Amino acid sequence: MASVHYELATRFYPGTPRPAVNELDLDIDDGELLVLVGPSGSGKTTALRMLAGLEPLDGGRVRIGNRDVSSVHPRDRDIAMVFQNYALYPQLNVAQNMGFALKQRGVPKAERMQRVRDVAKLLDLEAFLDRKPRNLSGGQRQRVAMGRAIVRRPQVYLMDEPLSNLDAKLRVQTRAELAELQARLGVTTVYVTHDQVEAMTMGHRVAVLRDGELQQCDIPSTLYHVPANVFVAGFIGSPAMNQLPVAAIMPLRIAGAELHLSDPVDADEGDRIVVGFRPEALRVGTGPISGRIRAVEDLGSEVFVHTVIEHELETATLVAKTAAPFAGQIGDNVSLALSGTMHVFEPEGARLATVTASTEARDLSGAFVQLLDRPDRAERGKPA
Amino acid sequence: MIRRRLGTRLGVGERRSAHVALALTAWLLALIFFFPVFWMVLSSFKEEQDANTSPKLFFSPTLDRYRDVTSNPEGTLAFGDAATNSAIVVLLSTLIVLALAIPAAYALAIRPVPKWRDVLFFFISTKFLPIVASILPIWVLANHFEKLNTLTVLVVLYTAINLPLAVWMLRSFFVEIPRELIEAADIDGAKLRGQLTSIILPIAAPGIAATALLCVIFAWNEYFYAVQLNPIEGSTVPMWVTTNISTRGDFLAKLSAASVLACIPVVLAGWLAQKRMIRGLSMGAIK
Repeated sequence: MASVHYELATRFYPGTPRPAVNELDLDIDDGELLVLVGPSGSGKTTALRMLAGLEPLDGGRVRIGNRDVSSVHPRDRDIAMVFQNYALYPQLNVAQNMGFALKQRGVPKAERMQRVRDVAKLLDLEAFLDRKPRNLSGGQRQRVAMGRAIVRRPQVYLMDEPLSNLDAKLRVQTRAELAELQARLGVTTVYVTHDQVEAMTMGHRVAVLRDGELQQCDIPSTLYHVPANVFVAGFIGSPAMNQLPVAAIMPLRIAGAELHLSDPVDADEGDRIVVGFRPEALRVGTGPISGRIRAVEDLGSEVFVHTVIEHELETATLVAKTAAPFAGQIGDNVSLALSGTMHVFEPEGARLATVTASTEARDLSGAFVQLLDRPDRAERGKPA
Repeated sequence: MIRRRLGTRLGVGERRSAHVALALTAWLLALIFFFPVFWMVLSSFKEEQDANTSPKLFFSPTLDRYRDVTSNPEGTLAFGDAATNSAIVVLLSTLIVLALAIPAAYALAIRPVPKWRDVLFFFISTKFLPIVASILPIWVLANHFEKLNTLTVLVVLYTAINLPLAVWMLRSFFVEIPRELIEAADIDGAKLRGQLTSIILPIAAPGIAATALLCVIFAWNEYFYAVQLNPIEGSTVPMWVTTNISTRGDFLAKLSAASVLACIPVVLAGWLAQKRMIRGLSMGAIK
């Protein structure tokens, strides 16, 4: 087992002007499960493939432990990879698939079979050892792919969207099993996904990528509560954070309603800044912001109310989270109040401040601000 | 009321009459193409005078013509010898083709060199040249190396003829192999030989079989080079068929029988290749 280090790792695909991964700097601790997350084209899979040795580096280095593996062949990196489509060898049965790497390394047959059986037991695959992959269900194939990686006992597991071919229910279940397994085996794992829920639930830390640039790498709660920039704020959380452009003239106003802030915001007077707040900070009922209901998403335990407001002469959509039951109908006029954490972002997108904001004048010191008194968390993130 | 059409094969908005007309046309064309073959098989079971007089559909069939062509009067080319020669040439050339084409196709499909399209085009462009245009230099070379009238010259030529086609076909089969399988094998520590023998060749086996069968068919059927370069010793089956053309007396039934004999291996191989080929082409479904 070992730590993994990306040092200014860069990859250009031939014929493209922009790097797929640009000067990625990332340290992954021994035994950590780090999730690389981002929309398609963000470079997360490329970053993983660079670690696997399936993509060459155009700049920088990749280290596993103390060893610079930048120009080491994949087979000599001591890693195991789980592919999105599992990449099981179709003509080999489950046991042969899992034992393939050991066979290539000349592990004696008796030991090989023993290790395969041990892992099969761990993954509940004993009954399927002599089946071909095509005779397995999606979930079983996924486990075989995992098993093939585990049998190796490598330094690092690389997982490229390993759950995306499973149906929704099985995915949630496997997600938990996989996280538990990783914790038990304690092997450093780099996990790629486009699903922010998967990232938040599985990752010890989550690295958010966009257009080949690392946006922020931190523990899930910090990503959620203290996003480094507008992109991370919008990407993490479902439904997404409400974001509104406002003129930096104190007091800040949303749809004409004045905002009371717990702390002063240090923005250049007159700049266009962006304020962001989660749906849970927005209340439907009484308040100075008037809007009209556009859609109601009733999830049973909670209801998301999409409303249209008039903000600085344009229409904008705000999502409020409210407790069920909710009586409002589409087209109803409603009043909204803001009360809770609000982020203020620079015009370029970086986070300027996080304050507690309210549309009512009231005592703002207290519970909301506590989170911000955790600079240790806030500073672990590395804004791009 | 909904008009019930149980088990209809008509697409939505298609007319039955159009379907029937198309089907009839297809059948008619197929029969027109098949008829000469059918007539050849029929003639091979006839007496010589029946085959040469007015067409008869009903007659008492006989195997005598097959006995005639396989019996071996002094001074003529025996069917057995020709078949043996053909088998040697066909099998040797096909083996060499596979030994050369598999690595070439692997390189083109899985680790393509820059300009791989040009390389592929170069391969196939050798097929553009009329065979007649190539016979003189080949004859001169064969003569120079004293390989005229040997099986060697045919093995070399048939290898050369089939190689471009085999590379093209095998490449298309190898391209079908999911990239991740090769990457997985890379990470699992398989070196080139391990990758080829345990991953690529087993998966592409149906495709390789189909390619081999096509090479066998083409080599078995080749006539032009054989007759130009190899007229005396080591004649192949197509040349043996023509020896049944006679300047004295009728020969149509005998020639038909010889042709049927020459066709049998090809028809068998084609039938096998067809089944294999379908498996080979559905290889993409292994994900």
